[in-house]
Amino acid sequence: MNGLLVHETRANHNEMIPTAHEVLGVVRETETEFTLRVKTDAEVHHGQFFQISLPKVGEVPISVSAIEDGFVEFTIRSVGKVTGELLRIRKGDRLFLRGPYGNSFPIHQFRGKDLVIIAGGTGVSPVRSTLRYFYQHRGEVPSLHFIAGFKDDNSVLFREDLELFRQRFDTIYSLDHDKVPGFEVGFVTEHVKQITFTDFSDYNVVIVGPPVMMHYVALECLKEGASEDKMWVSFERKMSCAIGKCGHCKIDETYVCLDGPVFNYSVAKSLLD
Amino acid sequence: MSYTVSFERMNELIQSLQSNYKIFAPVRFEKRGRYSDTDMVRYANISCVEEIVHDEKSDFSPKEVVFPVTQAILYFTESEFMESRVHDKKILIFLRSCDIHGIRRLDNMFLRNGNVADFYYKRLREKVKFVLMECHDGWDTCFCVSMGSNETSDYSMAVRFHDDSLEIDVKDEEFEPMFGKEAQSDFTPEFVKQNAITVKIPDIRDKDTLHEVYNLPLWQSYNSRCQSCGACNAVCITCSCFTTTDVVYSENGRMGERRRVWASCQHEDFTAMAGGHRFRTTPGERLRFRALHKVYDYRQRFKTEQMCVGCGRCDDRCPEFISFSAMINRLSEEVDKLNEVKSK
Ligand SMILES: Cc1cc2nc3c(=O)[nH]c(=O)nc-3n(C[C@H](O)[C@H](O)[C@H](O)COP(=O)(O)OP(=O)(O)OC[C@H]3O[C@@H](n4cnc5c(N)ncnc54)[C@H](O)[C@@H]3O)c2cc1C
Ligand code: FES
Repeated sequence: MNGLLVHETRANHNEMIPTAHEVLGVVRETETEFTLRVKTDAEVHHGQFFQISLPKVGEVPISVSAIEDGFVEFTIRSVGKVTGELLRIRKGDRLFLRGPYGNSFPIHQFRGKDLVIIAGGTGVSPVRSTLRYFYQHRGEVPSLHFIAGFKDDNSVLFREDLELFRQRFDTIYSLDHDKVPGFEVGFVTEHVKQITFTDFSDYNVVIVGPPVMMHYVALECLKEGASEDKMWVSFERKMSCAIGKCGHCKIDETYVCLDGPVFNYSVAKSLLD
Repeated sequence: MSYTVSFERMNELIQSLQSNYKIFAPVRFEKRGRYSDTDMVRYANISCVEEIVHDEKSDFSPKEVVFPVTQAILYFTESEFMESRVHDKKILIFLRSCDIHGIRRLDNMFLRNGNVADFYYKRLREKVKFVLMECHDGWDTCFCVSMGSNETSDYSMAVRFHDDSLEIDVKDEEFEPMFGKEAQSDFTPEFVKQNAITVKIPDIRDKDTLHEVYNLPLWQSYNSRCQSCGACNAVCITCSCFTTTDVVYSENGRMGERRRVWASCQHEDFTAMAGGHRFRTTPGERLRFRALHKVYDYRQRFKTEQMCVGCGRCDDRCPEFISFSAMINRLSEEVDKLNEVKSK
């Protein structure tokens, strides 16, 4: 009569309680961005995110920017209350986490096919772990083209990784206006035409960045002959739970925290806010 | 079995139930209504039958019993999070058929959306048993019949109120022994058969049509009227959104709580992200978001009936007299036109 049908295995599990994790290191990337290395043995997939908590301040969703044995990394832009306070975290401090949440880039589908990754600004962060994976497993894809764009020299993230990636991938790094050795000038969209999709027998394209950037890069890829169902994007929405309850991340019948953040472009293009 | 029970006797039964149960029902709060000199009817703890307002529609729904307006979910110090506690009583709610259906909608959102049940909703919800209040005609803003929420068999007990007695249909074995000495009756609850308003759910058949629906001028026509106050969300039995924030108890305090508070998709900052990026920037777009969730999105997601149960509280409460039922009927007409063009 009043039976509650609950699709759940862990009957009385409280998903909202975060657990403490040690910060193993902090790298200052730019004036406003920094990378935290956090100890965890959680099984994490490329493109997923965690809810990072600071008691008294709040909780924010942050993508993993690296997944390694025994730790993950988060690259955070300080823009507000919680991310501002996270800037004060030092090596040896403890951080509260719950997660990982969301779906991930379909690495199994990427294997054996040419891969194109196009990222802008902080959008480089959610694709960095995928790039590091294929850097270590270069044989798994016939080619990897990586186009990364930043605003200017001061906003370049992951400088060390970018140099390593040059050695094993076909890279184009670009700054919007600045002329700096090793970087082209212009928006990422302007470099898409250097990729000849028609030469690939099969391929995938990952596009991550601000909404406007993803929109125009996707259009540019389509113009160059890429097909919609081979393109992948990652969405950001306001989130207040990450487990499909608070409603903030809802777009039509889709919940970004559950069904995303990664979407195939053929799905993403018809999501209606 | 069904029984006739005097108010006096019922109050004794309520008293004995109170050792195990918190009992919630619509209660009158004098002079707290929307307009000066009007009362507000909302759900609260009761200790006698006379407190129950059974001949008016409550302004607020019973959702706050299982989904409180604000709720501490965790307490924290600087180094630790602890789960908040909940009372150890069970819960009885006096409510109408539409609201029972509404709570079933909340069950989908909190228990079945995603792969973990919401701990805080579940721990309250598991305590709940329903006492159906019979509803004869509804009120002028009701459209439960159109939404299929006018009838239910999903209750432990059902009641019909008379002047100083009530008839009660007891279906739950737990309560049956309490009524052993009462006079039996042949009462079974009747249900609303017809409302003054009928509402047609839009027949959106594919994504293409949905795209066209998004761009209908209909939505923007509400821009000048809708104040985006979110009163419709607050009174809706099926609105389930919330925001989580940390609250510190004193200025330099180390202790505080992580708190969940009802949120409104009509508020401009509902989707605001750091950097100022927002979605649905006009009142019309936000009304569209709410309307489609109630009659389309939820149904698509759960492969079930629409979310709206037709209680009409949003219409009762809107300071601008925007009628949700009229909006949905307008939408359905537009969708019919779109379908007609497509079928040609
Ligand atoms: C899946 C996902 C992954 C993410 N990954 C990362 C990541 O890897 N790295 C990263 O740095 N960020 C990431 N973000 C974004 C990050 O979660 C937000 O920057 C963070 O939540 C901001 O929180 P805050 O407390 O620091 O800011 P707040 O103080 O909460 O400020 C932001 C809030 O304030 C309001 N606000 C702030 N500015 C404005 C404005 N100009 N106009 C209107 N309202 C405003 C909004 O309500 C907004 O929600 C991700 C987000 C999602 C959803
Ligand atoms: S973040 Fe709460 S529902 Fe997705």
